[in-house]
Amino acid sequence: MNDSPMYTKDHPRWLRSRVSTYWWLERSAYLTFILRELSSIFVAWFVVYLLVLVRAVSQGEGSYQQFLEWSRSPAVLFLNLVSLIFVVFHAVTWFNLAPRAMVVHLAGRRVPGVWIAASNYIAWVLSSAVVAWLLLGE
Amino acid sequence: MGDRIKLQVARYRPEAESEMIFQEYEVPCPKEWVVLDGLNYIKDHLDGTLSYRWSCRMGICGSCGMTVNGEPKLTCATFLSDYGSGSVRVEPLRNFPVIRDLVVEIGDFMRKLTAVRPWIIRKQDKPLSEGEYRQTPQEMDSYKQFSMCINCMLCYAACPIYGLDSKFIGPAAIALAQRYNLDTRDEGARERFGILSEHEGIWGCTFVGECTQVCPKHVDPAGAIQRYKLSAALETLRSFLMPWGER
Repeated sequence: MNDSPMYTKDHPRWLRSRVSTYWWLERSAYLTFILRELSSIFVAWFVVYLLVLVRAVSQGEGSYQQFLEWSRSPAVLFLNLVSLIFVVFHAVTWFNLAPRAMVVHLAGRRVPGVWIAASNYIAWVLSSAVVAWLLLGE
Repeated sequence: MGDRIKLQVARYRPEAESEMIFQEYEVPCPKEWVVLDGLNYIKDHLDGTLSYRWSCRMGICGSCGMTVNGEPKLTCATFLSDYGSGSVRVEPLRNFPVIRDLVVEIGDFMRKLTAVRPWIIRKQDKPLSEGEYRQTPQEMDSYKQFSMCINCMLCYAACPIYGLDSKFIGPAAIALAQRYNLDTRDEGARERFGILSEHEGIWGCTFVGECTQVCPKHVDPAGAIQRYKLSAALETLRSFLMPWGER
């Protein structure tokens, strides 16, 4: 035993541990959370990409062709591929969380969570089908 | 599975240590023994100086929460046999200061719990002659899940936000506030709105979701917080659009 106990005025010293900078690597759920937060950057990138596309289209044929050339460059292709992966991850993780945040009652009964998640996925598939029809339907 | 198992138990004695150390004890491992039984065996037979909290042994009192092999657990509901022949590491709950060995300081949680006023608030009580406040089963269902909280604080130990910012009110206190907000007998939602809608209230939560995963009573504090975010946003919008409305 130590002869000089580390007492503070009112009580023995409490042991306080700091959270590690790498706390998000400690559990898979924490890592999923951090990746979900990070995915917002890629969502923002797709918004910017879309705005650049709209601007190029509004400035005429030459500008649009220039945009397509730029989009074909390996760096932009790679960025868009990584962004797509993150955006899909973003959508799936949020759709799966939706039942926790939404409580819907129909005819006096609570709608099961799986239906709420399913309705999100169905809306996703339908809107993707409409976009695909617009692009490929001609 | 062997008939004995090794427990690596965190020790912190402020008069002897400045950091946490681990001591290993070998305890019997009958299939019906939980981690708390192992700790009680150490206390009774091997080392009487070990300090930890426990009371009911049946998942009701919420006092035996500890970190078992890195996971926040009620030690009265965590079977030693589930860990096979390996060793089991028992540490105090994370995100709280340690007073001694496995005993953590819970004053911060107790203050936050009181701050959200987790009791039925009435503007005016009915006279006794008018009888009880009646509820339909559907009305009770809307809050019953949140009323199962036993204040074990496992959700605080699992919440990285609370670990990083101790001002965050935290999962259990918000879930219990929601328990009363959703109770048809309660009229105190406005009184709770101030503290819950602060930055350190619901908006501090980034929906990691681990509070719900570790909850031994399936309370779903993460769900309670997200639902209250929606209510608070609607309430703010309402007071913006109708500033003359009831405040």
